[in-house]
Amino acid sequence: MSFTDMFVPCVILLILFYGILTKTDIFEVFVEGAAQGLKTTADILPALICLMTCIGMFKAAGGIDLLGSLVKPVTDIFGFPSEAASLIFIRPLSGSGALAFYEDIIAQYGPDSFIGRVASTMMGSSETTFYTLAVYFGAVRIKNTRYALLPALSADLTCWIAAAAAVRLMF
Amino acid sequence: MKVFFFIIVLFSVILGTANGSMDKVSQAALTECTAAVTLAVSLCGTICFWSGIMNIAERSGLTAKLSALVSPLLGKLFSGIDRSGRAMNYIVLNLVSNLLGLANAATPLGIKAMEELKAEENAEESATDNMIIFTVMNTASLQLFPATVAAIRANNGSGAPLEILPCVWIVSVAALATALIVAKLLAALYRRKRMRKGVRT
Repeated sequence: MSFTDMFVPCVILLILFYGILTKTDIFEVFVEGAAQGLKTTADILPALICLMTCIGMFKAAGGIDLLGSLVKPVTDIFGFPSEAASLIFIRPLSGSGALAFYEDIIAQYGPDSFIGRVASTMMGSSETTFYTLAVYFGAVRIKNTRYALLPALSADLTCWIAAAAAVRLMF
Repeated sequence: MKVFFFIIVLFSVILGTANGSMDKVSQAALTECTAAVTLAVSLCGTICFWSGIMNIAERSGLTAKLSALVSPLLGKLFSGIDRSGRAMNYIVLNLVSNLLGLANAATPLGIKAMEELKAEENAEESATDNMIIFTVMNTASLQLFPATVAAIRANNGSGAPLEILPCVWIVSVAALATALIVAKLLAALYRRKRMRKGVRT
């Protein structure tokens, strides 16, 4: 029994326990939250249909293999698998697009392969950078974002390089 | 996004013609849309379950409690704003919500935090250093449990869907640290530039 096997059940138990302790109606509140989850799924579906179809066509045409071989000289320097390079381009731009690419990588190479693990780590530890910047600064009508883009992109770059290194180290 | 949509289809048609794989491209156009629905349905359970659990965390006050715990630590990152003010309060709530994967709650809280920062620092059209630090922390994504990733791994027959958690945590922290260091360095650089300009004029 490993630590990661303990993690999820214990987190669930802890949250329920705190709910009971504070006399929250845990069942009612759970159901309400789950209904919100249904809405989230419905919200991402239209974009997912568009992007998965585009990416499926692009892949069938040989586009993803071409992209991978184009960036291979650069990704090889960092020990990053060029098969997962498509994720680097789409991740900062679109959450649904990244999900579509990610699912494709996992289905093709398997979740427990080196490529699958690197892609999983990347997906779990990065955000839709450009979208987040646009929403937050746009919402408060900030037109001049000054130096905000550089640190945000440096986080993404670190994420790609560190993902490959961390997977090599841990497995 | 509209440019991306067009370009990727355009390249698919060009490459498909060049490689003689138009039959596969055509098939993908007809079947991948169904695959998208299948994917959304297979993720729906996980998304709903975690939304439910995290709704309990929020309503029972667990999120607020955790926020109070990390607040002093986060206060050090933001200079010149009221530690117990409204902006700081929203900042902490947003970051804790992100950490727990409460995306639905995090975005409105984040926008509130930006509004309060704008008011407290009298910003107009230019972003302040604190606004940038806060937004950058949001783009770096520190998340304890990436439920979607775990669900896709499990659906594809992973022997241990959660074995990547330690990797995800290490990489997230590394990315966040890089972002903060770069942001702080740039803030210092900009401050010096402005001071030099001030001396000249």
